[in-house]
Amino acid sequence: MAGKRSEHNGAKGWLYLLPALLFLGAFMVYPLFDVFVYSFEEGYHSASQTYFGTGLYNYSYVLHDPYFLQAVKNTLILVVITVPLSTGIALLISVGLNSITPLRNLFQTIYFLPYVTNTLAVGLVFMILFQKTAYSDGLINLMITWFGGSAVDFIDGPYWAKMFVLCFYTIWVVMPFKILILTSALASVNQEYYNAAKVDGTSAFRTFMRITLPMISPMIFYLIITGFIGAFKAYSDVVALFGTNLNAAEMNTIVGYVYDMLYGDSGGYPSYASAAAILLFCIVLTITCINLLISKKNVHYS
Amino acid sequence: MEVVLQNLTKKFPGRGRKNHEEVIAVNDFTFKIPDGKLIGLLGPSGCGKSTTLNLISGLQKPTSGKIFFGTDDVTHLQPEHRGIGLVFQNYALYPHLTVKQNILFPLENLKGKDKLSKQEMLEKAYEAAKLVQIEELMERKPGELSGGQQQRVAIARALVKMPRVLLLDEPLSNLDARLRLQTREEIRRIQRETKITTIFVTHDQEEAMSISDMIVVMNAGVVQQIGRPQEVYDNPANLFVAKFLGTPPINVFEGRISGRKLYIGEEAVLDVSGGSENSGISGNSGDREVYVGIRPEGFRLRDDGPLGCEFGSVEVMGRDISVISTNKASLNAKVRSIISTDHMGKIEKVCSADGFSQTSYVRFALIPHKVFLFDRKTEKRIAFQADGTKGEEC
Repeated sequence: MAGKRSEHNGAKGWLYLLPALLFLGAFMVYPLFDVFVYSFEEGYHSASQTYFGTGLYNYSYVLHDPYFLQAVKNTLILVVITVPLSTGIALLISVGLNSITPLRNLFQTIYFLPYVTNTLAVGLVFMILFQKTAYSDGLINLMITWFGGSAVDFIDGPYWAKMFVLCFYTIWVVMPFKILILTSALASVNQEYYNAAKVDGTSAFRTFMRITLPMISPMIFYLIITGFIGAFKAYSDVVALFGTNLNAAEMNTIVGYVYDMLYGDSGGYPSYASAAAILLFCIVLTITCINLLISKKNVHYS
Repeated sequence: MEVVLQNLTKKFPGRGRKNHEEVIAVNDFTFKIPDGKLIGLLGPSGCGKSTTLNLISGLQKPTSGKIFFGTDDVTHLQPEHRGIGLVFQNYALYPHLTVKQNILFPLENLKGKDKLSKQEMLEKAYEAAKLVQIEELMERKPGELSGGQQQRVAIARALVKMPRVLLLDEPLSNLDARLRLQTREEIRRIQRETKITTIFVTHDQEEAMSISDMIVVMNAGVVQQIGRPQEVYDNPANLFVAKFLGTPPINVFEGRISGRKLYIGEEAVLDVSGGSENSGISGNSGDREVYVGIRPEGFRLRDDGPLGCEFGSVEVMGRDISVISTNKASLNAKVRSIISTDHMGKIEKVCSADGFSQTSYVRFALIPHKVFLFDRKTEKRIAFQADGTKGEEC
């Protein structure tokens, strides 16, 4: 009887899970699996659903494609620069916000504004700030020339200038969310720990390093993981800044490359796109695993 | 280290539109805490006892008044320069550090000439750990310890720098009843061994009574009475102190003094006369309305006793019995009296005599020194002397 009963309950449980499973299966698992399959099918054509053969040729093509290599390089630079910088600056700002009482809400709101602003709108603003046009050199260049430097074309100019704008923009866009998370994490640290530290004569720096940081480490870790993943998936920001012809601008990202492969050149190459997507998946997975390994030692869950 | 509070006052500004009146958490405290004693700050929640502790620790600054440790004026010193150890109510152990790291933490902050070598720090940490008997837990994290063990670690961390004054904020409130009993003995032992002046805050009068050398009873930011626990219990200065100390609590009646007799309701229960010149009970001019406080152990069951109460029920506690009855003049809903089990027979007679269908009465004689009189208005104690032996027994 008991066995039958639990079996019955098991079926009920699956029934409850069914809606979620259906959606996840149809829109997540199946496409993932499909992409995986496509990546091994050479010359797959989505309209005719035909392909020539199977093998690793797609991967070989993508890995030898200079545009892909450029995209990987761009993405990696973006990730390596923006994730630590944005998290670090966000931490500084949060600590600052946490230690002032007057106007804290006002500042919090101001810092949160970019989060609720449309990416493309922000991209346009950045273009106005940085782009050289026939009429003006852009606000930033105006300032550079003021201080005696020579104007640089940030949007169509040298590679480093474009990368600078992209990183600057990315950091600016991801910051609000991080500040939001970190200020609430800081506020949730029990005041008693600080009182205890104060009674023991702990210096402010040591309090921060030995108490505050470990206490909010789970949140920092969360931000780093999602920051890495988010930066690897960068695309819309790049389009907002540099337009759609990213390969020509040398500013493509991996996701941009996948998109171009899918829809670019009238018809596209779904097989190459799939292979590139799987490669991106592998990179993100590897980085996340490394993150998790590092975090085991340094993140303290209470 | 002797701790002296001088006219210590702490006011908190009112917040918001509704309560813009400032709150006086600590009102003009002046008292001296002798060296090497264990002192309990006792009072109901919100009476300002934690604020007092925070003022002594330096985590809060007094609005006015002074604090001395011995002869040093520490009023304006930062907490770290006062030489105090503080144990927080929730222990505030750093959860990401091991017990050892937690105990070492205060030592690692020492700078300049006080700086210790690694070896010295470890020695001190183990010394403190040994004192509170947690040597075998040094490598664990606080999350892996029981409440009582965490408490010990917190005390070890507070003691490791050999503070001049040890402060404990509600040290037992997070422990279960059995552990509480054990831990308070521990605190007593540790205090005796280290001879560090220790001040602890509690709302539990039993806790304060059992281990303190001296208790400071507080209410609404005002010190009510200071003294040795038994003294305060036997000689409460006012109605609040009488009510606050003792379990079960004291029974309070509305009474009056008329012609050197104390009346509760219509019954004259004690013959009284002035205990001192200014007590105001002398001759007929001393007739007045009073509150009568009678400790539960101040009742004696006697068939011809002067105080009659409607019998309610009996609780047998093993060692003694509580007789629960009601009296019209009583301010408590129930009059609770504790009598020894020798009188069980009498109680059974009361129970069986009339049955439960109708009201039965119990009569009590009173033990005079368990009876306190308080002024109706000021609620201050009125000293009196019981005449004759009407109430005496046993």
